[in-house]
Amino acid sequence: MTGPTRGFFGRTRTERDPRLPPGQYDTGSGWPVLTAEVTPHLDPQKWTFTIDGLVENPTTWTWDEMHALPQSEYQGDIHCVTTWSKLATSFGGVSLDGLLATARPLPEASFVMATSTTKYTTNLPLADIQDGKAWVAWSHEGKALTREHGGPVRLLVPHLYFWKSAKWVTRLTLMDHDEPGFWERNGYHDRGDPWAEQRYQGD
Amino acid sequence: MPASSLPGATAGSDAAILRPGRAPAGGWRTATVREVAHPTPRTAMIRLDVPARVDHLPGQHYVVRLTAPDGYTASRSYSVASPPSDPLIELLVERLDDGEVSGFLADVLAPGDTLEVRGPIGGWFVWDADRPAVAVGGGTGVVPLVAMLRHARDRGRPELFTMVAAAGRWADLPYAEELAAAGARIVLSREDRPERPAGRIGLDDLPDLTAGPTVFVCGSAAFAEAASSLAVRAGADEDSVRVERFGPSG
Repeated sequence: MTGPTRGFFGRTRTERDPRLPPGQYDTGSGWPVLTAEVTPHLDPQKWTFTIDGLVENPTTWTWDEMHALPQSEYQGDIHCVTTWSKLATSFGGVSLDGLLATARPLPEASFVMATSTTKYTTNLPLADIQDGKAWVAWSHEGKALTREHGGPVRLLVPHLYFWKSAKWVTRLTLMDHDEPGFWERNGYHDRGDPWAEQRYQGD
Repeated sequence: MPASSLPGATAGSDAAILRPGRAPAGGWRTATVREVAHPTPRTAMIRLDVPARVDHLPGQHYVVRLTAPDGYTASRSYSVASPPSDPLIELLVERLDDGEVSGFLADVLAPGDTLEVRGPIGGWFVWDADRPAVAVGGGTGVVPLVAMLRHARDRGRPELFTMVAAAGRWADLPYAEELAAAGARIVLSREDRPERPAGRIGLDDLPDLTAGPTVFVCGSAAFAEAASSLAVRAGADEDSVRVERFGPSG
């Protein structure tokens, strides 16, 4: 950290909102779209979600099977690496805990690769999607998740930067080692904890 | 800008282009501002001398971090307009209403100032003048594509790069003269051009994409959505379309 930038004072700041991680700002009611590909048209009836890799019981769920499971909601904040945060928002879907309980991870499973229908991938420590920290989400603030925000269905791991919350998620593969996913191969951090400001490789 | 989703380069035609670690990445540097110009009322063109620079690939971006006297910081990402052959890093910043960083860069920044920058960053939305590419940019979305255009010229391969540049009016289009002189198709939604009446970008504005060039689309979220859909209608394979959506981040 060097000294101040000449002539820069920043926005009028009262008390910094304690919900904002370092380097983030509140985007208010906005929700920027930053996807880097053609937005797919996913037919929910053709979509499936699979947990495979190092599990005792590789399992695939259909849209209807997933919706028949106990529903779970996330209420809180999300943080994009591009410095916006969206505070006090909500998502609905199912907790990954129940899905993982069905698939039964093997003892050596310690990392996971999430894959989207578009072939996008992102890697996560298994611990980051356990114990109520991650969801398969299909609604946002009570409405169906829109296509540009990953609808009909996306991964939601809100305690990490939002590129980890893979849009149009279709598969989680459990592994015994870490492997970089799409953005992680392209300069972004392997874990992406906003509170530690893990934005880029080497942070 | 990074997103939460993209097609991964796990298989298929793009895997060879995106070998892990191929795109250069650099850490924090203290850059010196050499030039500040205002090509249009809403933009600032900033040229920076970055010490110990890691040369970028066209399409990559830099993060600019401003620090207030009390230690408060604000960071934003800006695409690079200059090609790697340029000794300076050129950024073109659109001054957003109430833009905390863009307002400072447009109104306060002066030659001789120092700026903390980090880059280059990004390895997906990049092009090395090594295969045919078609680029479609809207407004300031042309900035990373200008770096590609200049790079193609540097490499003596201008024929590999085809560009479509869209804006409301001629005066709103960054680098308009340079783009037109290089043969880019200029698409204006609110102004007639000799070769094209005013109107939103449409299928007729894009070349046939069935031959499989890499397609780069950059602009606002709405523009990027429209242009990337058009690209697919023009014959592009979805996996060959790389999109950079500029978010409103002030």
